[in-house]
Formats: sequence, structure tokens, C-alpha cells
Amino acid sequence: MAKAKNKSTPAYDRVRAARGGKRPTGLDYVKGVFSDFFELHGDRAFSDDAAVAGGIAWLYDKPVTVIALEKGHSTKERSKRNFGSPHPEGYRKALRLMKQAEKFHRPVVCFVDTAGAYPGVGAEERGQGAAIAENLLALSGLRTPVLSIFIGEGGSGGALALSVADEVWMLENAVYSVISPEGCASILWKDASKAPEAAAFLRLQAQDALEMGVCDRILPEKGLGSRAFYRDLSRLIYDKLTELSALDAEALVGARYARFRQFGTGA
Amino acid sequence: MAFVAKNKPNDVPRQVKKPAAATETERVCPRCKSKLDVGKLWENRNVCSCGYHFKLKARDRVALTVDVDSFEPLWEDITSVDVLEFPGYENKLELSRYVAGEADAVVCGRAKISGRPCILFAMDPFFMMGSMGAAVGEKITRAFELATEEGLPVVGFTVSGGARMQEGLISLMQMAKTSAAVQRHSAAGLLYLTVLTNPTTGGVTASFAMLGDVIFAEPGATVGFAGARVIEQTVGKKLPQGFQTAEFLLAHGFADAIVPRDEQRWAIGNMLKLHAVSA
Repeated sequence: MAKAKNKSTPAYDRVRAARGGKRPTGLDYVKGVFSDFFELHGDRAFSDDAAVAGGIAWLYDKPVTVIALEKGHSTKERSKRNFGSPHPEGYRKALRLMKQAEKFHRPVVCFVDTAGAYPGVGAEERGQGAAIAENLLALSGLRTPVLSIFIGEGGSGGALALSVADEVWMLENAVYSVISPEGCASILWKDASKAPEAAAFLRLQAQDALEMGVCDRILPEKGLGSRAFYRDLSRLIYDKLTELSALDAEALVGARYARFRQFGTGA
Repeated sequence: MAFVAKNKPNDVPRQVKKPAAATETERVCPRCKSKLDVGKLWENRNVCSCGYHFKLKARDRVALTVDVDSFEPLWEDITSVDVLEFPGYENKLELSRYVAGEADAVVCGRAKISGRPCILFAMDPFFMMGSMGAAVGEKITRAFELATEEGLPVVGFTVSGGARMQEGLISLMQMAKTSAAVQRHSAAGLLYLTVLTNPTTGGVTASFAMLGDVIFAEPGATVGFAGARVIEQTVGKKLPQGFQTAEFLLAHGFADAIVPRDEQRWAIGNMLKLHAVSA
């Protein structure tokens, strides 16, 4: 009987796929798409958050700043990376690398895959809200191209903190939501097991995000994780960064402002 | 796609319960448990003699803060629309409009404080717990854009449960939209002062609430990103005493000062004056 109530929905199937443990994670993309990734650690203030991996890599002839939310594969690695849920120092490391990219006129590519910013005691003590807010503000004015690619879960503010970007792309099975379907169901119906129903209402699939203008391109998952898949993605990213780099900083930042300004405007 | 609409003034709520507050003459302080006469409580700006700060409607905030007759409200008819046809949202909007007496969860306008002009916003805890949907995001964004255009400081009172989940991704995007508007205002060298009030949480904490050049907090206010219950469930431990309060914020370096309600008007006015002198 209980099973019938919790029947899945196409939207929730997508959530399950996005969370699937066998999907490539952030660093798989970094290694597959770019070459000679050199990782740069730490936020220069508190510590080095392993849920966020960042550094500089080559994309053909272009140096690119790459930032990836990393969930890890093995149980041990997943635990070390806090299952991809950053603390404030993770967002501050990302911010440091973005500012560094701006200074040296490098484009920024982010790979987003997180259930959300970590809800913990230390995270609150060190200003999780402030850290995310500062990233939103800094990204909106960053004078270098930013491209964000959602490869799995896009959990609310914790994902947005790396995606106030010139373009947002989503894998076919990636999701992007203001709240987890479980959280939404507990608030609405005091019953987290109704998450499949909540997922349908939240319109969190890539296609929904595309229709709302939140996402600019859906990437098909044919051959996901194969060499050909990464090679095609490399080309797509290269062409987009070339196009964005041709704009002067003023026009770039102006277009980014307009991109986010359009959501929920007055009649 | 339009996500916000002008409010139709003749909207009559379909199903509304009479708000309990309307018949109340006495309230109990949740901290010291003393019974308080509503009229006397109001004379003390809704602060109990023990120091507990009761919630305030946005309009009451404005009235307690601005110079007499200086407030000119802006964009009063902007209200959110149930674009996702989310369960129960339409009804909740109607009920909130009735209970709060506002079109949505924030009031914006031009004001003077201690004779200094500013753009003011005050969120309303009685409108869906001050949650941020498209209408709130739009009004806050317009407030910063107008202030940037006219070279004015922004003063904002925050109170919010966070992003309004009933509007899905569009409510999440308001975090980016408002923060981008704060960025432009800041880049123009203009002052932004926030007063964090009880409670300020979630997507509002993680966007414009924490972006003030100067951040005040009301005594005892709950301010944080994640909900206490979620954190407790995640870490599986009882949370420390005073966790996520204004005092906790001050101790960890995320607020400039704790300012009690009866000192706010002076403190804000003072800050505006300190930033009105050009070097």
C-alpha cells in the first residue's frame, strides 16, 4: 500500500538519475574536457574545502579557470568531499579563483553537482549565507566570461553560487531546483515520501529550466563519460568561450545583468 | 513570460480565516511569559520590558523609522503570480494579502531618516513569512536600480523564510537578480545598510540581506542560512545555545552591531549622515 503512494513521477526519475552514483563527477569532466589541470587549493583564510575543486587547465590553446563541485566516487572519497556539499570556505575558494581569472583575463568554467550548501554548525559559524551572497554579487560583476554546466544535481543557492553565468548548460538528466523534492514535500504535506509528487510541481528538469530561460542549452547524454562525449563537449565549450571572449567586458557584464534581470519582471 | 502582475484591488479572498490577531487585546511574551497589553506593547514599539522584540508589520517598521510624512511608497501594486500552478499557492497568496494587508512581502519607497533621503525597503513577516518570489525580487531590484540612478543610499529591513518554493526556479533566480542590483549600487559608491530582523533565513540571507556595507541586527533575531531543524537532522546533535541568533552573528563577525528597536532610527540616521559627507 505504502508503495503505491510513493509512485515515482518522470520528474523524480530525473532526480534519481541526477543523483545516480555511477555518473561522472566534476573532476571527471575536468580531466575529460581539459588537459593538464593544475589544482589550486585553499581559500587563503580558513581551509581547503574538498567539495570544491578548482585550478587552471588548458582547453586547446586557451588557459581556463575551472571550478568543479566534486561528490567523489568511492565511499571514502565521497566522505572526504562531504558528498559535494560545500562549506563557506569552498565558496570562498571558488571566489578567489574567479577573481584570479578576472585579473588574468581567463574565462571561468564551472561544473555544478551538489545537493546544496552544507547545513552544519561550522558552516553557519563561518557564514554560509554571506559566502553564497558574496559569490552572487561578485559573479554578477565579474569582467571575464563565465560558463556553468550542471552535470547532476543543482541544489538551490548552493548551486547558484557557481552559476550566475553568461550561459548555463544542463546535462539531459541534470536537475536544478529551489528546494529538494523531499524538503518541499515535508513542508507541503509533512511527508518526505511524497517527494515524487513535489518534484513534478517544482519544474526542476533541464527542459523546464530551458523553457524558463534559466538554462541555455541541454546536453544529450549519449555516450556519457566516453572520450567522444568529452571531445564534443570540449569543442562546444571552446566555441562558446571564444564567442564570449570577443565581447568587451562592459558588454559582457551588461548582458549577464540582463540575463538575470529578466526573471520575474513586472507587467 | 511575466511572472509578476499588478494586483487587482478588488480581489476578494475566496477562503479566509479571520486572523486571530484581530481580536487580541493581550499577548504573552514568549521569552519572559508575562502578559502584555497590546496597546502598551505598541507604545514600546512591540518590545517587551524583558527585551523580547515582537514581529512588526512592514508598514509599522516604516512608520517607526522614517521622518514624519516623508515616506512615499513605490510599486505598491506588484504582486506574485502562481505561474507553476503550485498546490495551494493561489489561496495562500489571497489569504496573505488579506492578513498582511499588502500586495506582497515587501514594502518599498522613498523616505527621509534624520533628514537624509534614502530608498527604504521593509519586508513583511505576515505575508508568507516574508518569503521571496518574483514580486519581492522585482521590488528589491527596482529599489537598488532607482537608488543607483539617483545616487541614493538604500536602507533595508529583512525578515524572511527564504526563497518562495511555490515559484520554483524563478524564486531562486531572484537571489541572483537582487544581488546583481546590489553590485551595481555598490560599484557606484553608494551606501547600503541592512537591519536583520527575526527571522532572516535561507535565500534572503544568502543574497541581499548579507550584502550590506553596514549590517545591523535586532536583538535575539534568528539569522542563518539553513534551518535549525535541518541542521539538527544532518549533524544528529543538539544545537548549541544561542545558535543562529543576532548575538551569534556578531560573535562570529557577520554583523556590525546589534541595535535594539528604540535605537534604530538614530543609528540609521547617524550612518546616513556619516556617509553623506564627501571627502
